[in-house]
Amino acid sequence: MIKAILIFNNHGKPRLIRFYQYFAEDMQQQIIRETFHLVSKRDDNVCNFLEGGSLIGGSDYKLIYRHYATLYFVFCVDSSESELGILDLIQVFVETLDKCFENVCELDLIFHMDKVHYILQEVVMGGMVLETNMNEITTQVDVQNRMEKSEGGLSAAPARAVSAVKNMNLPEIPRNINIGDINIKVPSLSPF
Amino acid sequence: MALKIVKGSIDRMFDKNLQDLVRGIRNHKEDEAKYISTCIDEIKQELKQDNIAVKANAVCKLTYLQMLGYDVSWAAFNIVEVMSSSKFTYKRIGYLAASQCFHESTDVIMLTTNQIRKDLSSPNQYDTGVALTGLSCFVTPDLARDLANDIMTLMSHTKPYIRKKAVLIMYKVFLKYPESLRPAFPRLKEKLEDPDPGVQSAAVNVICELARRNPKNYLSLAPLFFKLMTSSTNNWVLIKIIKLFGALTPLEPRLGKKLIEPLTNLIHSTSAMSLLYECVNTVIAVLISLSSGMPNHSASIQLCVQKLRILIEDSDQNLKYLGLLAMSKILKTHPKSVQSHKDLILQCLDDKDESIRLRALDLLYGMVSKKNLMEIVKKLMLHVDKAEGTTYRDELLTKIIDICSQSNYQYITNFEWYISILVELTRLEGTRHGHLIASQMLDVAIRVKAIRGFAVAQMATLLDNAHLLTGNMQRMGICEVLYAAAWICGEFSEHLENPMQTLEAMLRPKVATLPGHIQAVYVQNAAKLFATVLKSQEGNTDSTAAQETSQLMIDRLPLFVQSANLEVQERASCILQLVKYIQKLQQKDVEVAEEVSALFAGELNPVAPKAQKKVPVPEGLDLDSWINEPPSESESEDEQPKAIFAKEEPKHSRPRREEVDEKELAKRREARKQEQANNPFYIKASPSSQKVYQEAPGVEHIPVVQIDLSVPLKVPGLPMSDQYVKLEEERRQKERAEKKKKEKKKRKEKRSGRGKKHDSGPESEEDITPAHQVDIVTEEMPENALPSDDDDKDPNDPHKALDIDLDKPLADSEKLPVRSHRAAEAPKSPTEDGDATSQEPKKKSSKEKREKKKDKDRDRKKSKEEKKKKKHKHEEKGEDLLGGEAEEPVVQSEETNEVAAPPTSTSAEVSDLDFWLSNAPVPSNTQETATVAAAEAAPMPEATSGIAPDSEPDEPKDTEMEETKSSKHKKKKQKKEKEEKEKKKKKKHHHHHHHSDGGGEEAVQNGTVEEEEPLPPMSNYCLLAENSYVKMVYDIQGNLQDGSQVVVSVIFENKCDSFLKSMEFNVLDSLNSKLQRPEGSGPHDGLTVPFQLPPGVSNEARFVFTVQSIIMPQKLKGTLTFIVKNEDSSTHEKLDFKLHFTCTSYLITTPCYSDAFAKLLESGDLKCSSVRLEGVNMPFHHLLARICFHHHFSVVERIDSCASMYSRSIQGHHVCLLVKVSAQTVSIDAKCDEPTLLGNVLDEIKQTFSQC
Repeated sequence: MIKAILIFNNHGKPRLIRFYQYFAEDMQQQIIRETFHLVSKRDDNVCNFLEGGSLIGGSDYKLIYRHYATLYFVFCVDSSESELGILDLIQVFVETLDKCFENVCELDLIFHMDKVHYILQEVVMGGMVLETNMNEITTQVDVQNRMEKSEGGLSAAPARAVSAVKNMNLPEIPRNINIGDINIKVPSLSPF
Repeated sequence: MALKIVKGSIDRMFDKNLQDLVRGIRNHKEDEAKYISTCIDEIKQELKQDNIAVKANAVCKLTYLQMLGYDVSWAAFNIVEVMSSSKFTYKRIGYLAASQCFHESTDVIMLTTNQIRKDLSSPNQYDTGVALTGLSCFVTPDLARDLANDIMTLMSHTKPYIRKKAVLIMYKVFLKYPESLRPAFPRLKEKLEDPDPGVQSAAVNVICELARRNPKNYLSLAPLFFKLMTSSTNNWVLIKIIKLFGALTPLEPRLGKKLIEPLTNLIHSTSAMSLLYECVNTVIAVLISLSSGMPNHSASIQLCVQKLRILIEDSDQNLKYLGLLAMSKILKTHPKSVQSHKDLILQCLDDKDESIRLRALDLLYGMVSKKNLMEIVKKLMLHVDKAEGTTYRDELLTKIIDICSQSNYQYITNFEWYISILVELTRLEGTRHGHLIASQMLDVAIRVKAIRGFAVAQMATLLDNAHLLTGNMQRMGICEVLYAAAWICGEFSEHLENPMQTLEAMLRPKVATLPGHIQAVYVQNAAKLFATVLKSQEGNTDSTAAQETSQLMIDRLPLFVQSANLEVQERASCILQLVKYIQKLQQKDVEVAEEVSALFAGELNPVAPKAQKKVPVPEGLDLDSWINEPPSESESEDEQPKAIFAKEEPKHSRPRREEVDEKELAKRREARKQEQANNPFYIKASPSSQKVYQEAPGVEHIPVVQIDLSVPLKVPGLPMSDQYVKLEEERRQKERAEKKKKEKKKRKEKRSGRGKKHDSGPESEEDITPAHQVDIVTEEMPENALPSDDDDKDPNDPHKALDIDLDKPLADSEKLPVRSHRAAEAPKSPTEDGDATSQEPKKKSSKEKREKKKDKDRDRKKSKEEKKKKKHKHEEKGEDLLGGEAEEPVVQSEETNEVAAPPTSTSAEVSDLDFWLSNAPVPSNTQETATVAAAEAAPMPEATSGIAPDSEPDEPKDTEMEETKSSKHKKKKQKKEKEEKEKKKKKKHHHHHHHSDGGGEEAVQNGTVEEEEPLPPMSNYCLLAENSYVKMVYDIQGNLQDGSQVVVSVIFENKCDSFLKSMEFNVLDSLNSKLQRPEGSGPHDGLTVPFQLPPGVSNEARFVFTVQSIIMPQKLKGTLTFIVKNEDSSTHEKLDFKLHFTCTSYLITTPCYSDAFAKLLESGDLKCSSVRLEGVNMPFHHLLARICFHHHFSVVERIDSCASMYSRSIQGHHVCLLVKVSAQTVSIDAKCDEPTLLGNVLDEIKQTFSQC
C-alpha cells in the first residue's frame, strides 16, 4: 500500500499532497516538513530509499523518492510494495505528466494542481497501484479532459478572457524550469 | 430567473479561478496569510451563490488551500453539493475535494450514500470512475456496508476501466466492512483470470494485500497464483505474486519447495532488476521456511548470495541498498554464506551514503566471530571518530555495543579490551547513549568477575577525570557513565589501588552539578568507599588517618545534604549522621571498621530483566478478595438488619478455601522457602552462593590463565583499546606456537577452559582461547518461572477483522445473489493422499515430531521398498491433517449463530492444496476438482510439467522415483479389493500410526472422537458400473446451498490400453429426481464428461441432480456412452448403470452443540424409532467414526460407551441418534421430524454394519 504521495520543491513548498490515510491538516504539514527535511539533505548520488520519518508510519514504511530538477516526488509505502517497482512508478508518473503538459515544469504543477491530481488518480487509487501503462493512463486522462471541454470547462470563455486581462500586468512569471533531464536521472533500471 | 443566471455569470467574470488564486498568493509573499484569509472570505461568498459553476470554482480553490494546510472542513456540505452536480467537470472537482478532506468523522458523508450510488450506476463510465476514485479515499463502514453490493456488481462491468477500479476499491470495502469479504471473494477470485491485464493486476493487488495480513486463509489460492506466476508476463503482477508467495511459504514449507525451481529460473532469465530482486527475496523466505534441514538447497543460497553480491557491487546506490537489505535476511539463517562476503560489506561501511552504511552495520552484527571482533570494532571506532552527524554516530555506538554484547558476550575474548572500548566511547561528544555505555559497564563488571580489578581501575580514572565529561553542557548524556563508574568503584572498592584518592574524587564540590540520580549513587558509594578506607587504615595502627577520613566525609557531605534532590538529601543526611557517630567512636579509640563494612557486606547478583514478571502468582492468592471483612457501609447495624446477611456471605466461602489451604500448606511453605532462597532481594541467614554458579559448573576449579604481564593494569590517562588489539594478536600467535609444542597441555586447557562455549563458532575459532578465564554470571530467574509470554498483537489492527476463513462455503445468512456454486467435496479415503514426498508436518513444533521426521528420512534412505514408503506417507498425511484441522473448533465456535457449514469442506480444500503440493503426475489425478473446477485445474499440469523436465541437478533422484511409485500406489488404492489388503497391512503397523487417513480424518474433524486406536481406511465411493473398458465409482453429497440439490461425484477409470473419448453421461430422470442439464438442452440429452481418458488414467466429474422428496431412497437408471480409440480404429461403446440415491446422501454433516441438541430433543417435534445391531465387533470409536463418515453424522457428546450424534438433511430435517454399545450389541435410538426418512437412514446404517 502507498500511504502518501508528496510532491514538493527544493524549498519544501508543497506542490501536491495526497494522503491515503487520514491526517489532520496541521499534521499533514508537519509530515511534509519532516519529509522535506529528511530528503533534502541527501546528495543526488545516494540511494533513493529512506526509512520513514517518525510521523508517518513505523518501521514497516519506507520513503521512496526521486528528485527531478526542482521537484521531489516522494512516495511513502509499506513493505508490500516493491522498492524498485515504486521507483519505476514514479518515473511513469512523471513521464505521464510530461506527456500531458508537454514538457512539464514546476509551474505546470503550481497552476494546475487539480489536473495533476486527475492524472495521479489514474495511476494510484486509494493507495494501490491502478495502472502502470503510460498509454492507458494518458488515454483515460485525455478522454476525461475532452469531456470537460465539451461541457465548456470550469471557466467558460468570458471568464478566461477576464483572466487574460488580469494576467497582463503581472510581474514576470518564471518560465522554462523544464524538467529537462527527466531521462538522464533514471538509474540503470531495466525497462519495466 | 433568467436575469439571475445572467447576473451569476457576470459575477463570475470577476471571480478568481484557481490560477488567479495561485498567482495572487505568489504575489503576496510577505503577507500570504492575510491574502489567503481575504480569499477565504471571497470563497465563502461564492459558496453562498446558487450557481453551481461558482461553487465548483470555489471548491477547487479550497482544495488548493487545503494543500497549504488550511482546514476546509467547514465547506464539507458545499463539497457534497458540487459532487452531486450532473456535469462531469464539477462532479470531478467535488470528488477531488472530498477525497482530500473527508474522513471517517466527517458527518456529511452519510448524505452522500445515494449520490454515490447514483454515480456508480451512471451510464457514463467516467462518472462511475470518478465516484469510485473518490470513494476509495473516504469510504466509511456505513458507506462500505451500503455500497458493497453496488461495487460488487461493478466488478463485472463491461468496461475494464471500471472493473479494475471496482476490484481495487473492494479492498477498502473489506477493511471497513469485513462481512463483505466472504460473499465477494468468489468474484474477486474470478477476476484473477480476467482477460484485461489491468483488472487482473488489480485483483492480484487486492488479494496480495489481504493475504499479507492473514496469509493462512489464502493458502488454498496458491495453485492459482502459481499458474499466474508461470504464465504472466506483467512484471507488476509477477512482483506482487512473488511477494505474496514470500508471505505464504512460512506457513507451508512444501509450497516453498515447489517454488524454488520456477523462481530460480526467473532469476536466471529476467532482465528486470525489480523482479530479480523480489525473486531473490522470496527464495530467501523459502529457504528460511525450509530451515536447515535441506542441505541440497545450498545451491539456491549460493545463487542468491551471488546475485546479491552483484547488486551490492553495482554502482547504482539503490541496488546496493536493496542487496544489503536482502543479505541481512539470509544472514539470519545462513550466516556462513554471508560471512564469506565480509570484505564487500566492510567496504560498504565507507560508502558516502548513510542509508547504505546503516544497512551494512546491520549485517556486521551477524558477521562477527571471535577472530574478527576486535578488527571489526576497531574499524567501527574509526568511523565513530570520522562520523559527522550525531544520528549516524549514535547508531554506530549502539551497534558496537550490540555487536560486542550479543549472545551473552559470546565473541569477546578479552574483556579488558572491551572495557577500554567502552571507556573510549565515553569521549564521544553529545551522544544520547550514555546510559547504554553505563549499563554495559555495570553488566560487565558485575558478571565478569575476573575483570573487576581492571574495571575498577578504569572507573577510578574516569571518576578522577570526571571534569572532562561534565565540562561541557552538551555532554550531559555521557555523564551517565559516571553513575556506573561510581557504583563500580564503591561496590568493588576492595580492588581499588588508591581508595582514598577515589573517595576524594567522589566528594568534589563539582559533583553537585551532576543530575540527582547520579549524585545519589555518588553519596551512597562514597559511604562504601569510606568503609573500605577505614578498614585499611585501622590496620595501620595509626588512628589519625582514619579520623582524617571521617573528617573529610563530615566536611564534604553537607554539600549533598543541601541538595534539591530528595534522594540525595536523604542519603547524604543519613550517612552524615552515621559518620558523625563513627567519628565519636573513633575518638574513643573503638575499632569500628568491621561494623561499618558489615553495612555493605554481601554480594549483589544480577537479576534477569524479566524475573519480576515471571514470578508465578502464588496459589490461592486472590488480590481481589478482602483480607479483612469489608467495612460495612453504615456503622449503625441495628438500623439495617439485612446487612447481616450480606456480611455473612463471604464467611461462607472462606472456610472452604481454608480447607484447601491446610492441605497444601506444607507444600506451599516449601515453595516459599525455595523462592526466598532464590530471591536476591530477600535477606537470608546465609547467602547461598551455589545458586549463582549453577549455570557455570565448576568455574572455581578452572585454572585461570594468567594475564600476560605486559598488559599494563593501570593505564595512565584514558586507555587505548588499540593496544589490546595488538596484544591480543601477539598473544594468539604465542598461543599458536605454544600449542604446537605442547599438544597435550592445550588439550587439557581447552577441555576445562572452554567450558560451555564449545558449541559456538567454527572450528578455527575454537583455537582462540580467551585471554583470561571469564565467568559470566547468568542472570537470576525465579524458580518455576512462567513460560515466556507471547507478544500480543495490536488489537487496533484493522486487518484483524479480515482474518476470515474463505474456504468455508457461504452460509445462508451471508449468501448474496452470486453465481451459486457447488458444495465442496467431502474428504475422500486413501486415494487423495498422493505422494506427499516429504511433507513436513504443518504447525507442529514438538521435538518429538522432528525426531520422527529424522527417523523417516533415515528410513527412506535405508529401504527403498515401496510398502514401507507408503506407510510413511500415510503417517505424514495423518499428521498433516491433524495439524491442519487443529483450529477447526475455534472457527466453528465463532459462528454459533450461523448455520454451521460442514467441516468437511475445509479439509477438502486443504487436501486439494495438499494434492497440488505433492508432485504427482497429473493424469492420474483422481482428486481433480472436477467439472467446474476442471477449467481452473486443467492448466496446472502444464505448470507442473513445465518445471519437471529441467529438474535441478541437486534434486535427489529418488523424488522422481517416488513420484512414479506413488502414482501407481494411488491407482491401486482406488481398487477396493486391494484396499482390504492394505487395511490388514496397516493394522500390523498400528503402533506407528497416529491416524491412518480418511476415517481418522473425519473423526478428528468432528472434534469429539479421541484418538484411541487408529481407524481403518474408509471410503464412501462405491462401484457404479464396470466393464472391460471403464470402471465408474461414485459418491453422493448433499448441496448445502440448495435444499433440492445433490452432487454426484463419479470417478472414471480407464482400464484398457486405448484412449477413451467423447464420454457422455446420461440418466433417465424420474419424477422426483432429475439430472441438471445445461440450459437449452432437452430432458433426454446426455452430459458430456469434460475430459478424455488416456490409458490407465482416472479422473473425476461431478453431476448435479435436483430432487424433490428426500425421504425415500431411489434408483436412477443411466448410461455412459464413449468412444474407444485405438491407433487404427475407434468403436462406440456403452455402459449401463444404476445410481442409488440413499437417504444418507441427503444428510449433511452438521456440527451441533449439546445444549442445542438437548433443546431439540425436548421440543417434542421429533418422532422416535430405534434399531439394534448384533455382533458388531469393533471399538466404539470406530463405530462412531463409521457412522460419521458413511452417514454424515457428527458426534455431539460422548460418554463412555454411549454417544449422541446429529445430522441434518439438505431440506432441514433434524436427525438425532443415541448410540449405546454393550458387549457386541449396538442399540441406536433415533429421533427425526420425518419418520420415513429416519426409518430409511436406520436401515442404511444397519446395512453398513452388516457388511463388515
